[in-house]
Amino acid sequence: MSLDLSRFHQTFFEESFEGLDTMESALLRLDPASVEAETINTIFRAAHSIKGGGGTFGFTAVSAFTHLLETLLDQMRSGSRPVTAELVDLLLRSVDAVRELLNAARDGRPANLDLIAGHQLALEQALAGKPVAASSTGGPATEPPPAAARGWRIRFVPQPGLFRSGNDPLRILRELAGLGSLSAEAQLPEALSLADTQPEDSHVSWNLELLSSASEATVREAFAWVEDECELQISPLLAADTRPALTLIQGGKAETPPPAASAAPKARAGSERRSAGEGTGSIRVPTDKIDVLINLVGELVITQAMLAQTGANLDPVVNERLLTALAQLDRNTRALQESVMGIRMLPMDFVFSRFPRLVHDLAGKLGKKVRLETVGADTELDKSVIEKIADPLTHLVRNALDHGIETAAERLAAGKPEEGVITLRASHRGGSIVIEISDDGRGLSRDRILAKARSQGLDAPDSLADAEVYQLIFAPGFSTAEVVTDVSGRGVGMDVVKKNILALNGQVDLGSRPGQGTQVTIRLPLTLAILDGMSVAVGEEVFIVPLAAVVESLQAHPEDVKTIGHSARVVRVRNEMVPLMALHDLVGLPAATENDRNLCILIESDGRKLALGVDDLLGQQQVVVKNLESNYRRVPNMSGATILGDGRVALILDAGELVRRLQPAVAA
Amino acid sequence: MSLRILAVDDSASMRQMVAFTLQSAGFEVTEAEDGQVALNLAQKEKFKLVLADVNMPNMDGLTLVKNLRTLPDYKFTPLLMLTTESTPEKKAEGKAAGATGWLVKPFNPEQLIATIRKVLG
Repeated sequence: MSLDLSRFHQTFFEESFEGLDTMESALLRLDPASVEAETINTIFRAAHSIKGGGGTFGFTAVSAFTHLLETLLDQMRSGSRPVTAELVDLLLRSVDAVRELLNAARDGRPANLDLIAGHQLALEQALAGKPVAASSTGGPATEPPPAAARGWRIRFVPQPGLFRSGNDPLRILRELAGLGSLSAEAQLPEALSLADTQPEDSHVSWNLELLSSASEATVREAFAWVEDECELQISPLLAADTRPALTLIQGGKAETPPPAASAAPKARAGSERRSAGEGTGSIRVPTDKIDVLINLVGELVITQAMLAQTGANLDPVVNERLLTALAQLDRNTRALQESVMGIRMLPMDFVFSRFPRLVHDLAGKLGKKVRLETVGADTELDKSVIEKIADPLTHLVRNALDHGIETAAERLAAGKPEEGVITLRASHRGGSIVIEISDDGRGLSRDRILAKARSQGLDAPDSLADAEVYQLIFAPGFSTAEVVTDVSGRGVGMDVVKKNILALNGQVDLGSRPGQGTQVTIRLPLTLAILDGMSVAVGEEVFIVPLAAVVESLQAHPEDVKTIGHSARVVRVRNEMVPLMALHDLVGLPAATENDRNLCILIESDGRKLALGVDDLLGQQQVVVKNLESNYRRVPNMSGATILGDGRVALILDAGELVRRLQPAVAA
Repeated sequence: MSLRILAVDDSASMRQMVAFTLQSAGFEVTEAEDGQVALNLAQKEKFKLVLADVNMPNMDGLTLVKNLRTLPDYKFTPLLMLTTESTPEKKAEGKAAGATGWLVKPFNPEQLIATIRKVLG
């Protein structure tokens, strides 16, 4: 029988990558000055599992390399090799090498052998640096049976306690019988009196004759589990030796009394509870299954809203029972929605955990001293958002390290502690998560930003407020670093960071104090599947404005609305002139016949404001976001659509795009 | 009645591989991801055989074997260690804890089935 093990590869890769992450974070925690045994144990266990799995599933390169790693770790664990910073560095690099090997194995491509060979050599040299007995599997040298041997004579005297290690002489006899023709003679000790016998002890000793061409090593192998629990003599059975054959063992049946193991039958009721899987805290589920579930719950929420709307028109007395049931449906749907959303929530640690290594490596490369602090790593966020925020965050952390934190000398000269601090902080605020990346470095230089902006042809008058100057950093192609380093100047600018965050319906703000540091604040919705929106009416149509973008709604006095040039209008809001755009113009609907109320919704994005003229404000509600591009096609100024309680489709406005689109037209 | 085996390993892929292999050979398998979970399971149900990895978080394989041996139900039960170490010291440690024997990783499904069949007869 040959079983195909490839079905387990996916699990093996997943757990191995997790194991590598565990190793990495534990290695970074490892302080050569005070080594915690459990930390090394954790690292060792992870390496050990990867090695074992690699061997079992046929990834020999992985298991061979990890074996070196494991041997080194074992020496560290047992204390025979001191933990040094160099060793930790070597182990970290080895983790990368294993990752490369695993990636290559998973993708079915050859591994980057130069990388691997270099690390392998380093590991081998480290191991050779101190002669420690290798834990090789070489067994004792086996002698071939003498030429004349036709088998083996075996004297086997088990110790009384043999059964108590779960062993059974019959198992060994069966195994020997499988090697050839076995005859056995059982002996009871002559001096044994019945009073001395213990039902749980093994008192029988054996004289065996095995007619077989098997080597002595093979025969000894059968006794491997009990060799220190018995007396064992094995001698060749020569052709000349003609002793009478002993009792033939067949099918493992012999006339020894069974051990007392069966003497204590346990009455087990058939109704005994099944405990399989009990205690396993989690299961792995493919994400697409969860996505389907979330989608279905979204549909259910819409259906429920339709029912609620229909129910609202019914006579509460006549339909009391129906309405009670509808109210219950409402509660249950909400609870279901929340728990289903909860499934996809992952702690921020998912992203934060990659930064200690990044900071460790980059700080080393830049010759800076930097400490990373994370706060609120257990704050939860939707998986799809977490995955998309990882790259922007990485970029911001790189920036903080490269441009923000000064060198140790510069810091000391400025009267700051030698070690810079980068803080990652996550917290929930309302329906959003706020992530802060702050450093205590040199801060942003207003003058340098302005100079750079002008050299790039951007409009940057001196009158700009600090906040507006900082926003210039987010302009495409902007970089103040004088030298493009291989750390952060990779051509991916802050504009990409901002674009990614806006695409998640998020906001990004920047604060800085010269000499004291920079702080980037990102605000994101907890999930992309549901949106808090303000529903507004234009004629017969309903539109949703994301609540995150809404600053206020107001009724403008006619004298506050001014027309500039031919058609551009602005509205005065507390002495600030804000561009005004009628939503019906924007979406190509006829103006409402009677609209003298000048109802406006003030939205803000990228630090710029825009007033949208609407016919009516309908209220605030949570809507299930449907992707327009996958269901219909991309619509300008709209980020998505939703289905309302009455079954109609409402488009969701894209505040960022609206502001970007209208601003230049008005400014011109 | 098919024979119920408890497979203990912190590595999900190893556990699944062992379970799948033994199930295809007609055994019933219960999985546990560490020694503590295994011990809890073993206290509720008597397994015919326990296969345990050595290095595991929470409770390692040796401690599990030691604890199992103190239970009346597991006095004579075959308890096999799955190990990547085959040095005499490691084996002695296992024996001292009360293990019946060991299976050295990596092993293939055929070796696993052969060993289990031998032990369970």
